Parts: sequence; C-alpha cells; structure tokens
Amino acid sequence: LPPQFHNLQELRQSPSLATKVFIQRDYSEGTVCRFQTKFPSELGSRIERMLFEDTVKTLNTYYAEAEKVGGQSYMEGCLACATAYFIFLCMETRYEKVLKKISGYIQEQNEKIYAPRGLLLTDPVERGMRVIEVSVFEDRGSSGSSPSSNVSSGISQR
Amino acid sequence: MKNCEYQQIDPRGLSTPSSTQPCTENNVQRSRRKWEVFPGKNRFYCDGRIILARQSGILPLTLGLIIVTSGLFFAFDCPFLVTHLTVCIPVIGGVLFVFVVTSLLQTSFTDPGILPRTLPDEAADIEKQIDTSGSSTYHPPPRTKEILINQQVVKLKYCFTCKMFRPPRTSHCSMCDNCVERFDHHCPWVGNCVGKRNYRFFYSFIVSLSFHTSFIFGCVVTHLTLRSQGGNGLVLALQENPASVVELVICFFSIWSILGLSGFHTYLVAFNLTTNEDIKGSWSSKRGAEDSGNPYTYDNIFTNFCATLCGPMPPSLIDRRGFLPPEDIPPAVAVDMGRPPFLAKNDTNMEENCQGFALSCTA
Repeated sequence: LPPQFHNLQELRQSPSLATKVFIQRDYSEGTVCRFQTKFPSELGSRIERMLFEDTVKTLNTYYAEAEKVGGQSYMEGCLACATAYFIFLCMETRYEKVLKKISGYIQEQNEKIYAPRGLLLTDPVERGMRVIEVSVFEDRGSSGSSPSSNVSSGISQR
Repeated sequence: MKNCEYQQIDPRGLSTPSSTQPCTENNVQRSRRKWEVFPGKNRFYCDGRIILARQSGILPLTLGLIIVTSGLFFAFDCPFLVTHLTVCIPVIGGVLFVFVVTSLLQTSFTDPGILPRTLPDEAADIEKQIDTSGSSTYHPPPRTKEILINQQVVKLKYCFTCKMFRPPRTSHCSMCDNCVERFDHHCPWVGNCVGKRNYRFFYSFIVSLSFHTSFIFGCVVTHLTLRSQGGNGLVLALQENPASVVELVICFFSIWSILGLSGFHTYLVAFNLTTNEDIKGSWSSKRGAEDSGNPYTYDNIFTNFCATLCGPMPPSLIDRRGFLPPEDIPPAVAVDMGRPPFLAKNDTNMEENCQGFALSCTA
C-alpha cells in the first residue's frame, strides 16, 4: 500500500496535477467500446496492477452490456420504429441507463481506490469515449518535490 | 510551483455531466453551454436541443416538396377516392406521411455521432506516444496507424483538425468540419451528416418515402383512370385535375432516385457497409461475397440488418447542453491553443513542439 494516503477533500482543495495518463481504445474486436487493459508504465508506482486492470475490465464489461445487440435492444429498436421514434422523447434508452451505472461505478472507484492514491479517473463519456483519462496528482508526502512529468522520479516512496 | 489552471474534476459531478452547476465563484459572466463554443460548422436551435449542419439549404425544399405533394393528395385526390374506393386510402396516406416527416426531422436534427475534438492534453499525449525518437526537432504525427480488427488490418488515419487518430469507420466531414462515427455521407437534402446515430432514421426516411411516393403515384393514377373512364377521356380528366398532374410529375421524377437510394442502402445495411466505404472500395475484392474482407460484418444478412437498424442507440458525445467549466479558455477549442496551462510544468521542449504543431495546423 502507498505510504501516503490522500482523500478527495485534499485533492479538491489543492490540485497539484503532475501528469495525465490516457488509456486508449482497443479496436481488436471491432467498433465496440473497449479499452486496453495493458497496465501503463507511468502508473507503475502509484497503484497495484491488479486493481487497475480490474477497473478497466469491469468498465469493458459494462460497455459490452450497453452495446449488446440482443433481445432487449431489438425490442427497443422495433418499439421505437413503431412509434415513429417518439418513444425516445419519454424513455431512457438502455445505453443511457448503463452509462449512469458506469458513472456511479467510476465515482465509487475514485472514492475508494484512486483518490487515496492520488489518482483520479475521468469518465470516458466526457472524452468522447476515446480514452480513460487518469489524472495523476503529486504525492504530497514527498519532500520538496518539484513538478515533473515523470511521476516515478518525482515521488519518493518511503 | 505554478498553480495549474486545470479544473479539478469533482468526482461527485461525474455522474451527470450535464448537471455541472454554473460556476458559483465567477458570478460576473453568465454560464455558457457547450454548444455555444462548439468548434464545428453546425447550427444549434432551442438552446442546443436541435443540431443542424451550417448549410441546410435544401432541407426546406425537401420538406416543402413532401408537404405540398401530400397536401395536394389529401385535398384533391382523397375525396374522390374515398367515395369511389375506400376510406383506408387517406388513412394509409396519413400514416405514411407522419412516418416520412418524423424520420426526416429526426435525421436532420439528431447528432449523427460527432466526436468531440481532443483536449490539448490528450492531443499532446498522442503526439508524445508517436514521437518516440525523442529528437528535439518536431516531426508531425504520421498520418496512419495500423491496427488489427478481427484479424484484418485496418488503417486509422490521423485527423489534423480534431487532433486524434480517428476510430475505425469514422470520417471527417468537410462540410460540417467534424469527425463523425460510422460516417455514411453528408446528405444535403436532409441538411446533416448521416452517421452512426441517425442512420436508422435516414433509412426509415428513404424507405417510408419510397412507399409514400409509390402510394401517392398509384392513387393518382387510379384517380385519373377512374375519372377518364367515367368522363370524356384522359385529356379532359387531366385538365380538370391540375393538382393531380402536379403530383404525378413530382412523384414520377422523384420515385426513381428514391427507390434507387432505398435499394442501395438496403444493400449497404445487408452487408454492413457504409456509403463511404462502398465508394472508396475499402473492402473491395468481391462485392457481397462472404469473405469480402469487411471486418465489421456479421456474415449474416439478417444479423446485419438487426445490428444496424435495431442496435442500441448510443448517446450523443458532444454534450451540447452541458455547461462550460468556469474558465476563460473554452476547453473544446483546439485550434487556437496558445499555451496549454498544464504544460508549464513539463518539459519546455514539449511545449515548443505543441506550439509548433498548432501553428503548422492552422497555417
């Protein structure tokens, strides 16, 4: 576990952003929304590989559920067509429902796992579903650290 | 230590991006919505609810033709046909008319799947990943990147306007100056691009319009035939019913192109292609063959239909009605980059590279 714990309160009061890491999309299975699960080296010292990969895999599962072409989406599509698409004015689509679940999940992950380690996940929907943006904040436990783009050198791990 | 101007993302605000409250610390200026600073060539109405391309000149013509023809049909042909045939005729005509107009408006006013432009830090990160040589001189990003999709090599192009590698099947529309997902084509009749989010509306528009035009054409022909049988011949019938003649002419000339377009798009949907890909011959080898090289097809016509037309409806990514964060620089403007604030802490070399990049793009 990292020796210095942060919480969201601290991060919000004095933002000291060191760098951002972007997890890109994985198009190996087509245009479905999937993010690469490869662990980025810049986060090496900040968070355990397993935790991070679990987060990304769970997100991928959520997106797969949202984009699943199956019984429910056909029903939704046919109903929408039959009502001349007026149904979209009153009903929330399944995709939107899943996106709300994803936002809740990301918020929970931020509160429990990422903020204490000085990291913050941005919901991909705010970045056009292109990337998962991980904001890396300076570890305030490091003494006299000067801002550096290279996170691992800027933080002294006790 | 320079305090970065990057606005801390409030995790509590993450769940509903559009409900980000207007800035409370900056009471001077009214909080603006994101559509007001949208960089593409689009027009917005109803405070961002409705989106159109900038040049939507032919949409009124399309609407006008449909309404006028249908109006003439209901006013002049239906009374005769109701008395001589059946009351179902105006009913069917009415249903088709509603479908046509609704699909048309949906196609025109829906965001086709516009991808928002990258923020400066993301653009810089992409550049950093490409420029692995670490040399001090600036190299523009390579134009293409190759990836594997379903064991097929696909080239992703770099978009210099939006500063990102375009996802597969995405294309940049020069009319609207936006990258659009699953870009089909820009339709001037509809006044918008046709892309991932509004393709189903476009398809139902052209199919219902085909039925509607054929229906009106058939009814008018029946009407004139019945009149000419009962009266003094065809010429007199035509002279007495100028409205029907107008409808006949309009329908006759438009039916070929509309039917052709419907047929073409039915073929595209069946094989999970876009107009863009078909025209460019991206998966050329054999037209319509199973192994056409298209990595997106489900190899089953029915599944392709269902996936394209009845698939899940993705949300709009541009968040038109969201409020801008309380900053002076609108975050979505990528053209006039100036000095990205967060880069002040980083390697000055990177900053120069970014500035040079921005200048070379806007030059």
